[in-house]
Formats: sequence, structure tokens, C-alpha cells
Amino acid sequence: MSCYETLMDYGLRSLGYGERLLPRSDFTLCQQFVLIGSGLIWNIYFGVVALLTGFVLATALAVGKASASPWFRKPAEWVIFIFRGSPLFIQFFFAYFLFLSLKGQVPAFDALTSAWLGAAVVLFLNTAAYSGEIFYGALCSVPRGEVEAADAYGLSGWAKFRRVVWPTTLRLAWPAYTNEAIFLFHATTLVFFSGFPASRQKGDALYYASYFADKTFNPFVPYPILAGYFVLLTLVVIGVMGLIGRRLNRHLPNAAPARSKGFGMLMR
Amino acid sequence: MFASCADPETLSGLSWLICYLTTGKHIAFYWAFGTVLLLLAVTAPVALAFGFGGAMAARSRVAPLSWLGKGYIAIVRGVPDIAFFLFFVIALDQGIEWLRHKAKCPDWDQPIRQGNDFIVCAEAKMPLSSSAQWVHEVYGFWLAVFTFALVFGAFAANVLYGAMRAVPRAQTETAEAYGMSRAQVFRRVIVPQMWVYALPGLSNLWMVLIKASPLLFLLGVEDIVYWARELGSTKTPQFTAYPHGDWRMWYFLFLLVFYLGFTRISEIVLDRIMQRLTHGQATLGSHKRTGPIGMNKAGPP
Repeated sequence: MSCYETLMDYGLRSLGYGERLLPRSDFTLCQQFVLIGSGLIWNIYFGVVALLTGFVLATALAVGKASASPWFRKPAEWVIFIFRGSPLFIQFFFAYFLFLSLKGQVPAFDALTSAWLGAAVVLFLNTAAYSGEIFYGALCSVPRGEVEAADAYGLSGWAKFRRVVWPTTLRLAWPAYTNEAIFLFHATTLVFFSGFPASRQKGDALYYASYFADKTFNPFVPYPILAGYFVLLTLVVIGVMGLIGRRLNRHLPNAAPARSKGFGMLMR
Repeated sequence: MFASCADPETLSGLSWLICYLTTGKHIAFYWAFGTVLLLLAVTAPVALAFGFGGAMAARSRVAPLSWLGKGYIAIVRGVPDIAFFLFFVIALDQGIEWLRHKAKCPDWDQPIRQGNDFIVCAEAKMPLSSSAQWVHEVYGFWLAVFTFALVFGAFAANVLYGAMRAVPRAQTETAEAYGMSRAQVFRRVIVPQMWVYALPGLSNLWMVLIKASPLLFLLGVEDIVYWARELGSTKTPQFTAYPHGDWRMWYFLFLLVFYLGFTRISEIVLDRIMQRLTHGQATLGSHKRTGPIGMNKAGPP
């Protein structure tokens, strides 16, 4: 079987298209590359969905935590504490079994017990909490002068936040937020090892990598392939976040792009 | 455990719960918390040692050694840690068996990899198939410790590497002016001074390590996650004296609370240490840890 045929058969296997049975013997390098790459679709899906939705909640959490009113501050602090203080792995397990028992009572929760929604919800809350803390730190270090200048221009309330505080917060938070994004993509590999079932063997990159390692009893091929894919993914994330960061800082002299220190500083 | 628990069928309410929570398997579950704490206690210093080695290698003036150190840091950090856990558990196991095979069975002529099998002679099996159950468990635990230390050593190396470079240049320059050699400067000036720069990063690392400890489950150790799944799942009267429905949610809620408490206590203790160490020093750590963005977790500025 040529590599092209393998690609046709297994390229979208993780989404349920193509060949139904996974390869069982005579594993070729091509099969491993294609299937693990196919699984990467799920990692990208989870990462992108959680990052985009989490960004909105993270902003809300940061503003809530910085708020003077305990009605906003306390809930934000608790969400951040709960999701940052406990392991994602346990959160996945707990959420899955919670969704299972919810489903037992209200069938409408059925979708939550499958990975595409349930795990995405957990990742969304988790990354929102981590990014919320990052944004909160940035919000607290917005230069006083900028806020005073906004006041002097007669900006207040929403307009001040939208035009002055928020953009500066993002600018300050961006390098740390890039790291959060990288670790979020890494965290997506936990999904199929923590309760959420991979129905009909539709799994993520790590799921297929461990499938091959189990079948061939040779970890030295699938895991390096997986590592290669993830290094590429990390580089893409750094690139995209770097572009956004450059746009955020475009008004600054010699627009020093807020260089995310790739494998640097902050981590989960 | 208690005499009154002899006949669970007659129990109800609180006494049932007390008896249920003290069954042999539950005791094993509580011991598993000890396993996790032991893992953390053993891994932290070993990872720190690995990190120190990695950072020293990365600083080295010998190019290949420096590449090795930097490569170690970059690769481990660029790949999901769970992939490393899954990889190393098999790779280490096979590596050890292969070495023992080479040493113990030199006249073995068949290939070790036959298709999808990995075959070594019986004497090279690790642990020996004849050894007791606890030997297997201890061996598995040490593999886990080593894997954790290897992965978190890279993170620690990154922190320490940054901290070594954060020691003010004036300090090392002064040491050089006094005629100290490179090794002396390192030993007498850099190492004693770097800790305060490294501490924010290292305390963050400790938090990450705590939160990674449930991954022990993936390494095949019977840890708290294993027992929570095992004990929580639906029990029918045929197999147990304490039948119940699917309680896994509650068991994992308990684990969640355990970890929340654990990280909270760690946070408080680490804050105290930081305040003590940076007393009177004009570093960021001497202020409230939630200072400028990222600094509370980022390590040296």
C-alpha cells in the first residue's frame, strides 16, 4: 500500500472518515505519521476552541478580580483558585463523571459526555482561569499615567476600558499569554486519557501514538513523531501569537514585537 | 476493621459509612496518598539535581555540552509532558532490560526485536518474573520517580539557568578581580546568590509538580486516581458487601478538594519562605508576589 493510499485512508481517521479499522500489523512509518497527524486535528480543535472562548471569560475574570465590589471579586477569585489550584487531569475526570450523572438525570446533557464538547468545556474553564490570572496581573500593572490621561480626555467607564486599559493590559500580558497558549495545546493531549472515551477509536495525536507504542511495543518511533508534530505546532502558535503581539504594539517606536520567549518564563 | 462492621447488611446511615470508608481497599486508597506525597518528596530534590546539571551543562563553554544542556531544556519543554511520561516508562524499562540482557546473556543469538515483540532472556527481565509483588511495585515507583525527575529537571534547569545569569555581573566581575577561577566564581559567588532569583520559578515549579502528580496513574502505579476509579465505580451486591451506584464523581471531587488544599498550603508556605529569604533585599520577590505581570511566577526579571 502506497503512502498516498494510506493518507487517503487514514488522513481524516480521527474524525471518523476513511478506513474503519486501524492498522493491526505490519505498521509502516507512513501509517504512523498519517494517523498521529490525523489525531493532531483534535489537539488543534481543542486548543483553538478553548483559547478563543477562554479569552472572553479570562477578560471577564480579570476585570472581576480587580473589581472593588465583592460581588464580582469573590466569584472571580474562586473560579481562578479552583481551576488553577487543582490538576487538569483531576478536573477532566471529575467533569466527565459529573456529566455522566447529569446525563443519567437529564438526557439533554448527552453531548457533554463526549469529548468534543465536554473536554472543550473543561479546557475552556481551565484556560480562562489561568489566562484570567495573567490578565489580572497585567491589569494591575497598567501605568497610572495612561489611566490619568484617559480621565483627562473625559473618557470613563466602558470607553476608558475599551480604548485605554484593555489594549494596554493585552500588550503587557501577551508574552505570558503566549506561554499559556503553548501549554494549553500541550494540555489537550490529556483529554483521551482522562475518562472521555474515544468513540470508534477517534482520538487525538497522543492517543494514536500510544496505540502504536502498545501494538509495536516500540516507543522509539511513534513518540518522536508526536514530539515533532508538537514542536511544529508550538512554533506555529508562537508565530501566530507573535503576529498578534506585533499588531498590538504597532504604534510603539521601532515596534519591538513583544517577543514571546518561546520556551521561556511562565508555565502552568 | 471495626467489630461492628462484621455484617454490613444490618448497618445503615453513618455507621454504614464509617464501615464503608474503612474497608481494606479504602485503607489502600489512603495509603496511595502517601505514595503521592512520597513521590513528590523524592522527585523534588532529584529534579532539582537534574536541573542543576542541565543548567551547568547549558552554561558550559564546551560547545557540545552546552548544546546538550540547551537541547534537553528545549525538547522537554516543547513536547507535552504526558507524552514523555508514556514514552519513558516503556523506553526506560526496555533500556534497562536491554543493558541487563547484554551483560547477563552474551551468548543469546536471536534478535531482541522480533516483529512487534521485545524479547530478552529470562534472567534479564526487570524485575525478575519470579520476584514478589512488592518488588514490581517498588520498581514501577522508581521508574516513575526517574521519569518525573527527568521531565521536571528540564523545567528546573530552565529556571536555574535563568537564575545563574541573573546574578549581577558586578558580583562576578569583582570575584574575577580577586583572581578567582571560573569554577571558584561559580561555586563561591554564583551558586550562593542565585537561589533568591530562582525561588519564584522553583516555587511555581513545585506547584506544577503537585498538579502533575496524578499523572502517576498513566505510569501504571496504583495511585489515588486508580483507587478513585476503582472504588467509585458501581458495585453490585454479588461482589461486595457494600453495594452502591456510580460514585466516581464524589471520589474525584474529594481528590479535587485534596489538591486544592495541598496547593493552597504550599502557596502559603512558599510565600513565607520567600519573605524570609528576601528580607531586606531590593528584589521583586520582597514585595507582594503578585507584583508586575508574570514576575510572581516567571523567575528572574
